[in-house]
Amino acid sequence: MNAQRTPYLLIAPSVIFLLVLFIWPLAETALMAFRTADGTWTSQYVSKMLGDLNFGIALKNTLILVAIVVPLQMVVALGMAMMLQNMDRGRMAFLYIWTIPLGVSDLAAGLAWLAIFNDRGYFNTVLSGMGFISGPTSWLSYQNPAALFVCVIIAEIWRATAIVLVILVAGVQLIPKEYNEAAEVFGASPWKRFMKITLPLLKPSLQSALILRTVLAFEVFAVVYALAGRDLPVLVGEAYNWQGAYQNTNVASAYALFILVVSIASTLVYLKVLKVKRETLS
Amino acid sequence: MKQSQKFLYTMAVVLAICWLVPIYLIGISALSAKEAATAWPKSLLPLHISFDTLSFFVHYTGVWKAVLNSVIVALLTMLFAIVLGAPAGYALARYDFKGQNIYRVLIVMTRAFPLAILALPLVTRFISVGLYDTQLGVALVHTALALPFSILVSSSLFMGIPRELEEAAWTLGCNKVQAFMKIVMPLALPGMAATMIFSFVISWNEVFSASVLTLNNRTLTAFLFASLEESPLHFRYAGGFFLILPSLIFIFVVRKYLFSMWGISNR
Repeated sequence: MNAQRTPYLLIAPSVIFLLVLFIWPLAETALMAFRTADGTWTSQYVSKMLGDLNFGIALKNTLILVAIVVPLQMVVALGMAMMLQNMDRGRMAFLYIWTIPLGVSDLAAGLAWLAIFNDRGYFNTVLSGMGFISGPTSWLSYQNPAALFVCVIIAEIWRATAIVLVILVAGVQLIPKEYNEAAEVFGASPWKRFMKITLPLLKPSLQSALILRTVLAFEVFAVVYALAGRDLPVLVGEAYNWQGAYQNTNVASAYALFILVVSIASTLVYLKVLKVKRETLS
Repeated sequence: MKQSQKFLYTMAVVLAICWLVPIYLIGISALSAKEAATAWPKSLLPLHISFDTLSFFVHYTGVWKAVLNSVIVALLTMLFAIVLGAPAGYALARYDFKGQNIYRVLIVMTRAFPLAILALPLVTRFISVGLYDTQLGVALVHTALALPFSILVSSSLFMGIPRELEEAAWTLGCNKVQAFMKIVMPLALPGMAATMIFSFVISWNEVFSASVLTLNNRTLTAFLFASLEESPLHFRYAGGFFLILPSLIFIFVVRKYLFSMWGISNR
């Protein structure tokens, strides 16, 4: 074996696979959003999407969810990471419990929270036990959009904070312990150490976590459907409906492309706002 | 110091309880009688364990087939992801080659894209090549989801195995393939197993592409998702519980490797 060629031979299968099942569908999605079956270019699918009654609602709902869920998850995960860092014992146990949702499907997570927030669910049982409500109360209906949003947000925070946590914990481990010890010797308070040492050094991890989580948050779908059915339209759900219920792959592709563009745009915004030296990112 | 540690552990325990409660509650929902799903008020303790709901669920037409489909798809995904990912991970760990950075960008891009949505154009193609509504078709898309993890984790695994061990084997007369099989592979095996399990979980949990790419051969997630609107509550609880169960075990097994799976982007 020629040593020069070996690495290329080793990566070749995965490259070919990704070309066929990632790059090519990517291009195809873009084409399908702008081209009819017989190959003429058109903007009718995009205008159909933009003119769709649910488009504006789905976009608004998705943006609200992303804007609330992602920052909350960052705060919760950062708090958890700091707790883990300062624990003498039981780190692994807490880490395991907090990362359990990492393996839970978004659909299953939605169903678990459905058991809680359902009108005859556990949440209402507890509320009525404490005397706040007198009987089954509905939280998951379009008549009460604020409550519906809160339920979805809670379920999303439970489900997807673990990803952020793992990225941040890995980042914390890369910070040399000596920095903190030195600051402690010089009398810096825990808060000051957090603000002046941990947070700045954690910036690359925070950025990766933020980007990854935001992109994934735009894909929110099954949790919402399990909890709210069609009462809370979101972008991916609309893509699914156009594909499945309305049998129009072109408009579905327009939605997919739109989600892609929004994801890329938000990634670029983060990269610009949270400037991190290029080489610290992979 | 003592006081702050107490506070820390109290907070941590409260959070841990919040994290376990949904799983506990869907667990007792699934392990209750069918009527309990609509009963009011609910019992917060598992006082009336019954396998009614679960047995109704597994005997429901199509469920076993869907479970079987899910398992087959997940096993295929696991296989593809490791066969394609491990060699690439080895190349990244051991060689400096031109185009390496472009390749890394490609992998990271795959991870940071709403990949499941890319299943849409595949529907038409899969119909024309006969992959639509097959386990293989879904597994291929799931492999695209799992591959970046598989590559990045195996690369970090191989990086953790000193090159000198391999070189020693070469000087003792092994060729490169033998050295790899006899020295590197056994050392990398536990990590590899974790990677495979993680690929399995990714596939087992995926909803969107499984739903658009299948019709009669639904995976469990696609089956549950398609029947969300008309199925009774107890059926949904049992389904959710059934989905969560393997993940609990899997995450426990792979917990040591979680960091190289998600934390890798820091390096």
